[in-house]
Amino acid sequence: MNPNKATKTESPSSLEPPTGFWLFLYRANKGVRTSTPYLMFFGIALWLVTYYLFNEGWKLPLFNKIPGPVEVITEWISRDPIFGMSLFTEAYHTNIYVSCQRILIAFSIATSVGVPLGLFMGWSKTFRDYTFPILETLRPIPILAWVPLAIIMFSGFETPIIFLATLASLFVTTLNTLLGVDSIDESYFRAAGCLGSKPRHVFWHVVLPGAMPFIFTGLQISVGVAWFSLVAAEMISGDFGLGYMIMDSYMQNKYVTMVMAMITLGFVGWLTSAMVRFAGDRMMQWRVRALALEGR
Amino acid sequence: MQAATATKGAISIRNVTKIYDPEGVNVMAVDDCSLEIAPGEVCMIVGPSGCGKTTLLNAIAGFHSITSGEIYLDGEMLCGPDKPIADQGADRMVVFQNGALFPWKTLLENVAYGPIVQGIMGKKEARDKAQDILAEAGLADFSMKFPGEVSSGMSRRAEIVRALINDPKVLLLDEPYRAMDALTKSIMHESLLEVYDRTKVTIFFITHDLEEAIFLGDRVVVMTTRPAKTKKIVNVAIKRPRDYTVLSSEEFRLLVAEAKGAVHEEAIKAFEAGERELA
Amino acid sequence: MSEAVQSVDATSRPLRRSVFQQIISNKTVWRGVIAIIAFAMLWEIGAQFKAWFGIEIWWVGKVPPPSEVFTTWYSVVQRPGYWESWYLSFFRVFLGFIIAQIIGIPFGLALAVNRYFREIFFPPFEILRPIPPLAWVPASIIFWPTTELSIAFVTFLGAFFTIVINVLGGARAIDIQYLRAAQSMGASQWDLFRRIILPGTLPSIFTGAAVGMGITWEVVLAAEMISGGGQQAGGGLGFFIWSSYMGGAMEQVIVGMISIGIAGYLSSSLIRYLGTVSMPWRRLF
Repeated sequence: MNPNKATKTESPSSLEPPTGFWLFLYRANKGVRTSTPYLMFFGIALWLVTYYLFNEGWKLPLFNKIPGPVEVITEWISRDPIFGMSLFTEAYHTNIYVSCQRILIAFSIATSVGVPLGLFMGWSKTFRDYTFPILETLRPIPILAWVPLAIIMFSGFETPIIFLATLASLFVTTLNTLLGVDSIDESYFRAAGCLGSKPRHVFWHVVLPGAMPFIFTGLQISVGVAWFSLVAAEMISGDFGLGYMIMDSYMQNKYVTMVMAMITLGFVGWLTSAMVRFAGDRMMQWRVRALALEGR
Repeated sequence: MQAATATKGAISIRNVTKIYDPEGVNVMAVDDCSLEIAPGEVCMIVGPSGCGKTTLLNAIAGFHSITSGEIYLDGEMLCGPDKPIADQGADRMVVFQNGALFPWKTLLENVAYGPIVQGIMGKKEARDKAQDILAEAGLADFSMKFPGEVSSGMSRRAEIVRALINDPKVLLLDEPYRAMDALTKSIMHESLLEVYDRTKVTIFFITHDLEEAIFLGDRVVVMTTRPAKTKKIVNVAIKRPRDYTVLSSEEFRLLVAEAKGAVHEEAIKAFEAGERELA
Repeated sequence: MSEAVQSVDATSRPLRRSVFQQIISNKTVWRGVIAIIAFAMLWEIGAQFKAWFGIEIWWVGKVPPPSEVFTTWYSVVQRPGYWESWYLSFFRVFLGFIIAQIIGIPFGLALAVNRYFREIFFPPFEILRPIPPLAWVPASIIFWPTTELSIAFVTFLGAFFTIVINVLGGARAIDIQYLRAAQSMGASQWDLFRRIILPGTLPSIFTGAAVGMGITWEVVLAAEMISGGGQQAGGGLGFFIWSSYMGGAMEQVIVGMISIGIAGYLSSSLIRYLGTVSMPWRRLF
C-alpha cells in the first residue's frame, strides 16, 4: 500500500542514508575536501612553532625560564627521564590514576545526590522554598575557601580532597537540574495531567526526561569544576594526583614535569567531559535526532 | 471508536467569570459567560487574541480555577462555587496550541502513554492498540519516530490520536493549527472532519480563523474582546460529511458574511486596547 | 452575579500592593527565612555540644558555632588589616577580570566573524582550555617576575576562556535575518558589527562575565592561598583565611569564608546590574 516501501525494495540501500561507519567515512571524506582540517593543523603548528621560537629558538626573556616544547616532548617520551617522570614511568601513571579515581568518586556522589535533589526542588514548591535559600547562601562561597574547614572536618588526606570536589560539583549539578525542571514547558505537565497521570508518572515521564538536557549540560560543567577544585585541593594538601604533581615539580624545580602534568590534566579533563557528552547523547536520542534535522 | 451517534459530552457553562490576579493587578478575562454545548457538537469559539477563550478552555480542562459560575459535563459539576478548579481527567482531552507531544517519547510511546498510566491496558496491549490507531490516521510508518523528526502536521495529527485513544467525552482544541501554512491546514481540517465523522466526539475548538470555524463547526460562537462574553452565535447548517467543496459554496459564503461583521468589530477593539495575551 | 461583576469592574484597573506588603505576605520569603534560621540553629547546636549522648557529632562538631563566629567577626572588622584584605582581593579580581574582558571580547568576536581566523586560532585555544586555571599558578609564578603579576595572569586566564566561549557562541547565534534586514537598509560592514553583532552578543557577554566573575574569585583565592599572599602586608582574603587556619583560629576562617561569599555576591550583583542597565530590551514585564 505504501509507495515508499516498494521503491526501497527495488533499489537496495543505494537510496538509504549512510549509517554508522559509512556515515563516519562520508563525513570524513567531505571534511577533507574543505579547508577546515588544514587550517586547524596550521593553527596548532603555528602555535607550537611560536612557542618553540620564543622559547628554545630566540630564548626571549621571561620565556626562557619555562621549558620549551622540544624539551617537554623529549622528556615525556623518554624511557629514562631526567626528572623521573615520563609516559613510561610508574609514578606518572599513579598520579593520573589517583586523580581520576578521586574525580570518579566525587562526580558519582555529586550526581547521585545533586540530580534527585534538583528534581525534587523543581517538582515540589514547598521543598524548594525550604532548601533553595540555604543553597543560595552557601553557593557564593568559593570552593577554595572551604579548604581549611574541610581539613579539620574530615581527617586524613583523601576525604577532604574528595569533599571539596564533590561540593563544587554538587552545587552545579543541583542548580542545573533545578533549572532544567523549570525549563519544562507547562503544557507537558498539562498534557500529562489530561492523560490521567499520577504524580509518580509525571515525575518519571515528564520531570526527569524534560530536565535531561539541562542535567547533562550541568554534568559537563560539573566535571569541569570537579577537576578545578580537585587540582586546587591536591596542590594545597595532596600526597598524589596531578595537582600534587604540578606543585611538587614546581617545588623541586622540575619544570618539565610540571608542564607535562598540566597538559595531561587538560587532556584527561577534556576526555571526561567528552565521556559525559557521549553518555548524554546516548540517553537523549530524541534530542540528537531532532537537532540533527535542524542542521545543528 | 465505532460510536457514530453521540450520547456523551454535553458541556454546560453557566455564568462563568474569571479574574486573574497577577501581582495585585486584577484582570477580568471572562465575564459572566454562559454556553450550552450538546453531545457530539462541534462548537467553534472565535474571538480576538487574548480575549479569554483559552481561559475558558483551561477552566474546562482543569488547568485554572474560575472565580464564579459553574461548568458541568454530562450533568456532573466540574467546577463551581465550592470547587473552583476542576479535576484533570482523561474524559476531557486537550490538544495544545504549540503541540505537547512529549519530545522524549516516540509517537507510539506518546499514544500508548494514556492507557498505560491510567492502568486501563497493559504495556503490550496499549502499544498494539496505539500502532493500530496510528495506522488508521496514516501514521503507521512514523510510529517509531520522535516528534522532533516529523512535520508539524504529522505531530499534530499524532496528538489528536493520542487524545482519541482514551475515548474522551470532549476534545478541547486550542488553536491547534495556528502556526501552519494554508495547504497543510486544509489537510488537517479534512483529517479532523474524518475523525469527527467516525467518532462523533464533542469538540470544543478555539480559533482565530473564521473560515476554519465555519468549515468545521456546527455552531460558531463569537466572543467579545477581554473580558470575554458571547457576542454572537452562528448556526452552521451545512450537512456532513463535508469536504473542501463546501468552501466555495454559496451557503458557506453567506455564513462567513454573517459572522464577519461581529468578529471584525471585536478585532478592532482588541487591537486598539493593545493588551498582551494572558496565559 | 451582576453585583460581583460590578465590583470587579471597579478594581480591574491596576492596583498594586506595595513592595513591602508583597514581601510580608509572600510564603516563599517566610519559608526561606525559616530554613536559614533552622540551618544556623542546627549548626549552633551541633557545634556547641560537640557530642550527643557520648557519640561525637560528625563534621559539625569540629566547627566553631555561629555565635562565636559573629563575636570574632565583630572584633575583626575593627582591624584595618581585614579591610585591606578586602581591598587587595577586589583589586586583584577586577584587574584580571577587566583584562580578560578587554582581550577576550574582541578575540571572541573575531573568532565569530571571520571563518579563517576561527579555524586557525580556535584549535589551540581549545587545547589549552581544559587545563584548570589553577594548574597555571606555578608556571605563572616562574614566568612572571612578580607574584602580583602572576596572580593577575592566572586570574585573567580563569575568566578569559569562559568569556571567549560565551562571546563566540552568542555572536554565532545571532539570527541572520537581522543582518540581512540591516544590509537591506544600507548598513556598512562596520554598522553591522556595531549595531547588530555587538548588541546581539551583549547577553552572552554578560552571561560569560557572570560566570567568569565566579571563576576569578576562586582563582584569586587559590592564588593567594598558594603563593602566601604576596609580598605586601595583608595579602587578600585568601591569605586571611589561610593564615587564620595556620594560626588555628577557625572562627576567623569562617569569617573569611563568609566575607568572600559576600564579596563574590556583590561582584556578581554588579555584573547583573550592569547587564540590566545596558540591555533595556531584555527587561520584560
